[in-house]
Amino acid sequence: MTLKTHLLAGTAALFALSGAAHAESHAMMEHPETGEKLATDQSFTYRVLDEFPSIDPNLIEDVEGSAIGRQLFEGLMNQDEKGDVVPGVATGYEVSEDGLTYTFTLRDDAKWSNGEPVTANDFVYSWQRAADPATASEYQWYMGLMKIANVDEVIAGDMEPSELGVKAVDDLTFEVTLSQPLPYFPQMVTHTTTFPVPQAAIEEHGDAWTQPGNMVSNGAYVLEDRVPQEYITLAKNPEYWDAENVIIEEVKALIINDENQALTRYLAGEFDQTDVPAGQFPRLAEEHPEQAISVPNLCTYYYNLNVSESGPEALADPKVREALYLAIDRDVIVENVVAGGQKPAYTLTHWATAGFEVPSAEAAQMSQQERNERAKELMSEAGYGTDGEALTLDLLYNTSESHKQVATAIGQMWKQTLGVDISMANMEWQTFLEERHNRNYEVARAGWCADYNEASSFLDIMDTNSSYNDSGFNNETYDSLLTEAKTSEDPLPLYTEAETIITQEFPILPIYHYATVFMMDETIKGYPLENAQDNWYAKDLYRVAGE
Amino acid sequence: MSLNPDPGTADRLLAAQAAADVKGRSLWKDARQRFMRNRAATAGLVALVLICIFAFFGGFLAQYEPDYVDFSLIGSNASQGVPSIETGHYFGTDSSGRDLYARTVQGTRISLLVGIVGAGVAVIVGTLYGAIAGYKGGRTDGAMMRTVDILMSVPYMFVLILMLVIFGRSILMLFIGIGLISWLDMSRIARGQTLTIKGKEFVEAAHATGVRPMTIILRHIVPNLLGLVIVYATLLVPQMIITESFISFLGLGIQEPNTSLGALISNGASNMQYGVIWQLAFPLFFFVITLFAFFFVGDGLRDALDPKDR
Amino acid sequence: MLNYVLRRVAIAIPTILLLVVISFVLMYAAPGGPFNSERPLPAQVMANIEARYGLDQPYWKQMTTYIWNVVVHFDFGPSFQYRDRTVNDVIAQGFPVTLTYGFWSFIVALVVGVALGAAAAIRHNSWLDYLAVGISIGAQVLPNFVMAPILVLVFTLWLGWLPGGGWQGGQIEYIILPVIALSTSYMASIARITRSSMLEVLNAGFIRTARAKGLPTSRIIWKHAMKPTMLPVLSYLGPAFVGMITGSVIIDVFFSTGGIGQFFVNSAFNRDYSVIMGITILVGVLTVTFNLVVDLLYAWIDPKIRY
Repeated sequence: MTLKTHLLAGTAALFALSGAAHAESHAMMEHPETGEKLATDQSFTYRVLDEFPSIDPNLIEDVEGSAIGRQLFEGLMNQDEKGDVVPGVATGYEVSEDGLTYTFTLRDDAKWSNGEPVTANDFVYSWQRAADPATASEYQWYMGLMKIANVDEVIAGDMEPSELGVKAVDDLTFEVTLSQPLPYFPQMVTHTTTFPVPQAAIEEHGDAWTQPGNMVSNGAYVLEDRVPQEYITLAKNPEYWDAENVIIEEVKALIINDENQALTRYLAGEFDQTDVPAGQFPRLAEEHPEQAISVPNLCTYYYNLNVSESGPEALADPKVREALYLAIDRDVIVENVVAGGQKPAYTLTHWATAGFEVPSAEAAQMSQQERNERAKELMSEAGYGTDGEALTLDLLYNTSESHKQVATAIGQMWKQTLGVDISMANMEWQTFLEERHNRNYEVARAGWCADYNEASSFLDIMDTNSSYNDSGFNNETYDSLLTEAKTSEDPLPLYTEAETIITQEFPILPIYHYATVFMMDETIKGYPLENAQDNWYAKDLYRVAGE
Repeated sequence: MSLNPDPGTADRLLAAQAAADVKGRSLWKDARQRFMRNRAATAGLVALVLICIFAFFGGFLAQYEPDYVDFSLIGSNASQGVPSIETGHYFGTDSSGRDLYARTVQGTRISLLVGIVGAGVAVIVGTLYGAIAGYKGGRTDGAMMRTVDILMSVPYMFVLILMLVIFGRSILMLFIGIGLISWLDMSRIARGQTLTIKGKEFVEAAHATGVRPMTIILRHIVPNLLGLVIVYATLLVPQMIITESFISFLGLGIQEPNTSLGALISNGASNMQYGVIWQLAFPLFFFVITLFAFFFVGDGLRDALDPKDR
Repeated sequence: MLNYVLRRVAIAIPTILLLVVISFVLMYAAPGGPFNSERPLPAQVMANIEARYGLDQPYWKQMTTYIWNVVVHFDFGPSFQYRDRTVNDVIAQGFPVTLTYGFWSFIVALVVGVALGAAAAIRHNSWLDYLAVGISIGAQVLPNFVMAPILVLVFTLWLGWLPGGGWQGGQIEYIILPVIALSTSYMASIARITRSSMLEVLNAGFIRTARAKGLPTSRIIWKHAMKPTMLPVLSYLGPAFVGMITGSVIIDVFFSTGGIGQFFVNSAFNRDYSVIMGITILVGVLTVTFNLVVDLLYAWIDPKIRY
């Protein structure tokens, strides 16, 4: 009973406060920094493809879920509009000499939405919970990636979660011990898995703590309403430490499965942001130049060649692999097929990756005609192609309109240039993953997105022991370069060298570097267009008044 | 599930019972005359013949292979891929820069095949099953028909989706899957009809002279079910084609670079607001005409084989 | 009669069990699993998750535990895909939506379909007949994944009359487009069946007698012809009703209604075993139930049928 009245009182207070905040922002009318005139309606509604598997920070496993997690919760560090690390709940951190201990100082005014202060213990609880086998989070692997001391033993169940290398020195000091130095560790704590979670609410409600009414959060927004497969609504959190600078009052995500349908509804003015279907960007950019936006996104689209023992004989020949690599006209793919500001990829790591320079691959300097000539030569040297042995390759991709278009185009390029017959096999996602992972394919589509903004996040996938190395690539020099780079002061030359190995061996054929392409209402401002991971914070957005 | 489970089981049941009254050779001639007098049915038959010619010989007129990609056209479909006699793309191009005429020919052919083979599987399995159950009678009949009852309660579209997801996608799987879910009605009708034929003199005579049961079923019973089977099959074909189009919409249909009308329509429908309406219009036209033709021919056949309806 | 009902119910139970077993076997035969993703999880992490959901148990044990929980506790288990929800939650949220638009689609399809079919039969071989036949075949052959985007294009983008999707607790303006898209093909089938059935009835002896007695046509239709006409329609309505209320993937995809059709297809693709099973059982039970109801109604309308 007491509990219930407490809850009700809390809700009432919340309403009163949000009402006050509302009145205040109406009075504001001008953006405090830019001086732009603000609209009276400060809401942001956007479309997402699918229902979020979870909005529990420790369990979130998808990009869209992470976006919701970033509005509801706040971690130690945030990212700014360029993707650089800026203070969040922590005002800053110190690293020990040996690079193994990080000490974060928390701000003293950070609060949960129920008014309780956010303390170092909340982080300790959250991190232990994320690594705890009983939580069964898919993102345990991320905790492993952070190299926190004892994390592998905790995940394996050999140690108690309490033995994880995290501790609350006092309420405002959070200390992490690592098992090896990790130069990009501060980047990693901007990820939702590391956000604090409310122990009391979780213990009270169990799995249902993420339902509206049960959830307590520490971000700029609180969960207001959620109808699975339909929408989720977030309202401004008056308890947030920086609430006075938060302008958007309501954030709403609509779940719309069909992208064309979503675009129609966007054009009818139903919401503020939606993705652009593949190939439609040029036309939309012409018709709505203010609304069609393309920003780099840290993902690379490539094809795996099966170079393992189960692969076809022809692909064991590096000349054939290089010929396939050269005969792809990437300009056609990026300009005509996907056509949304993507860039041709001749190497693996995305061009916009922080601190990375794309190595100049030889092929990138040639014209497509030269590449095709060279490809034909290589093919006939290998004894295949138009005047050699007939070659048929299976091309595996997962069911999707845009993958189909890319596969159709590349298949035809190979057929028309090299005389290689391509039979396409399109499989639904789960079957596709299994076939590819078991190396039961010849050529397979793949895409990789960086977990953190650093080149090793891309290059690691081709490591012999990487679970995503579906090509079966095995190169000792490559592996040792990566190991060396982990602790190196200046890893860039090592990364360049590793990339060079890939463009000599061609276990994969990079095709293009992704861009995020979307339509956004021109009155919405403050969207981080230079954040290559597309990590946006609704607290930084605002809507200006229309002309 | 969204698919209409069946355009009219009862409809067909009525027809079937009626058609079963057809006996002897001379009635077939009557039926043909009645069919030819039905203008809608005749028009449907003509349309069907034309569509078959288009599907099997239309490829000779195509200027391009169905899988040939014109790279200069990808991405500029709305302006340069328009239907035109000059460029040889009579129906324009699809979103990957392929000739839509060649693809429509191919799609029509595959859709017809799926429809006919699917209906064939259903009709053959259903007829044999029903005839055997009806002829054997007794406990065998009871067990066999209870099994049909049980299977009828299975939400087949769910199972079909599961099957396609699990066993992967091949034309064969599609035929089997679609065919297997449609034989149940047929088996009931066939059984009912067999029960009435069973008592006839010629069956008893065959039985008395020691002809084996299976031979009786195949030689004497099945031929007498033929009228009914034909009507049912004609009405089943369009249903199969519709089912295939739904499966294509889910992305579980025919593999690229092959295509079906359903897959083409599904693509066309998702692009229709992008100024490439021909990508929807041409395949949809052939789809609709094919289905209309089958329905009219089916109705015509039923009326023709069922003198009582006049 | 009672005997017949009991026998049917007795068949229904093994039917549902068979369905559970078939779905179970199909699912576990499928490549992939609920926790496979683009990036394969480390073995230890996968083991932890499987342990949590009992997927490390032998298959027979998983299946018996599942059946036990369903039968005894009416608990369909947790969803593997939606981590903070159970299958009961998913169904409790999705099914009412589906039921609502399915029910209205059924009413529309029935009323319009019977009216169209009856009108066509009464004015046999007139322009009205041809028009009705044309409309009904047209409605049947136009795939609803073509119709749905056209409706949104016209009513949302061009005319701006109706929202292009969403549900909002089932407000009327959100129901209209889904109902139109869902009901047309059923409407067409009902019209076709009604027409041919009524033609048959109108040619029957007792109607000729009624006509000969000089009864007004409307009275003949309503008093005498309607009931026998509805018999074949009725046998179609059972499966049609189940088809409509168990949801349509296409409606859910195009109108973002959040019904169980979308949940089912998503979970089939994501290998969310428990949601697939839950929805399959739900649909199976509904199918069996409505088939039974239709058969009983049949017996009630047609006194010739005895069980």
